Amino acid sequence: MKRTSTLLLLASLASGCSGAQSALNAEGHAAIELKALIVGVIFVCAAVWLLVMIALVLALARRRDRDSGAISERKAAVAVSGAVGATVLVIAGLTIASFYTTRALSEATTPELTIDVTAQQWWWQFTYVGSDSAGGFVTANEIHVPVGKAVRLRLKSSDVIHSFWVPSLAGKQDLIPGRENTLTLRAERPGIYRGQCAEFCGLQHSHMALFVIAEAQADYERWAERQRGLGAEPREAEAVAGKAVFMAKQCAACHTIRGTRALGTTGPDLSHVGSRRTIAAGLLENTRGSLAAWIADPQTLKPGNNMPLVPLSSDELRQLAAYMEGLE
Amino acid sequence: MPGKVLNGSVAQRLATILCILSLVGLAALIGLERQPRQYRTDPPVAAALNQLRLMPAGIGGAPPEIYFALDKPYETSAYDLSQGKRLYSWFGCPSCHGDGRGGAGPSLLDGWWLYGPSLVAIASSIRDGRPRGMPAFRSRMTTDQIWQLAGYVKTIGAYSASLTAPSRNDDKHTRPAENRAPAAILFNEDRPVLPRSEQGPPS
Repeated sequence: MKRTSTLLLLASLASGCSGAQSALNAEGHAAIELKALIVGVIFVCAAVWLLVMIALVLALARRRDRDSGAISERKAAVAVSGAVGATVLVIAGLTIASFYTTRALSEATTPELTIDVTAQQWWWQFTYVGSDSAGGFVTANEIHVPVGKAVRLRLKSSDVIHSFWVPSLAGKQDLIPGRENTLTLRAERPGIYRGQCAEFCGLQHSHMALFVIAEAQADYERWAERQRGLGAEPREAEAVAGKAVFMAKQCAACHTIRGTRALGTTGPDLSHVGSRRTIAAGLLENTRGSLAAWIADPQTLKPGNNMPLVPLSSDELRQLAAYMEGLE
Repeated sequence: MPGKVLNGSVAQRLATILCILSLVGLAALIGLERQPRQYRTDPPVAAALNQLRLMPAGIGGAPPEIYFALDKPYETSAYDLSQGKRLYSWFGCPSCHGDGRGGAGPSLLDGWWLYGPSLVAIASSIRDGRPRGMPAFRSRMTTDQIWQLAGYVKTIGAYSASLTAPSRNDDKHTRPAENRAPAAILFNEDRPVLPRSEQGPPS
């Protein structure tokens, strides 16, 4: 047990500067700008520190002047005014750099698509806003975006303050109940970018992850088209039985599966749950086994979350898991 | 005072440090003593809680033994009340009962209970529905959720103030808070008492 946790700690430390979720692994327009700024600031500060240290060492090493007070007074005045001038220059330079970065972040681009993000304890609801050409749809904890296109997120919360943070793509932005913030993402390279809630929001704050999947326009269109469709009609006998269980039990009161009688809005939309990479906001990989485990006992896997433990027989559980997995 | 501490004697400084330490210790003790939350109701417990026994007319009844064995969890735990408050809006109660003052459905905070004020009667109303339009939530909520919601509904119509409170409203308050005996406050507003319908199911 102890060794495992040590290994885990080491692994997490080692993965701190590379890999999926890091601001230094900048792949989005805003993240690249921010990374350039912070790297610049660090270099400038390092140079200043180095120069100060050199001056200090020189001052310590030099023999004391034996010339008269007036001359050393003049020298001191030159040194002090030089240092003050350099400080003003450096700070002004950093301020200007920061200003230009901020301006680049809020670059006025017309967004290619708009997604309403509603954070809830402890998962993300994403509503793709429909346009004249295409309808909207609802999904959870995972968004797909076209590479190189600006995506505007309208951030809302339905309970407490959360914060949307995908470090590889952009900075943090809070989601505050009763108001709407916006954040623009633009992924420059295709990839899967993990993000998570960055504002402590209660018991399962650490299990509130999300994924942004940036892909080529054609792939994105394909995905969106499938998401707009209704939940898949089950074919195997087991999954058909699973659908009946879903409609008869408490599931349908909180979850929506488009094209069925399940119209609940309290929990995540499950119309295409089988196509997502993870379940329970990044807690478990999406497999038939983990679906069954989650349905069987959500309160042990993620204590305090708002999905109740629904009493099911083992057959019903297997059927439900089969149905869920088939909702591609 | 702070100035004195800074240039006071060693004893004074020690006293200050001790004072701060004891405060921190006290805070830690209070933190440890907080009410433990029960997130997961064991399935056998939930099944036992589902055994509601009502009087013949459906007014009042007795909770199962286990409810007392667990020390009346749904009335005394703030967490369960808070969850009940969320369930109240999630399951659409406001569409008939409004903020508790009623609408298409009866008011829940005038202290007048068609089927009696006992938790069992309220839980049973939610679970099995009632005539004149209260739907049954048996197939939509788990036993645990039904009890949480019943506990909350009972606090909305409470006549005596309670130490246990659900979370506060995030939106505008349109009625007295749940833990401040809302029914008593509304009753004492000197409004004419309307003629009430008979208790129990319509004959």
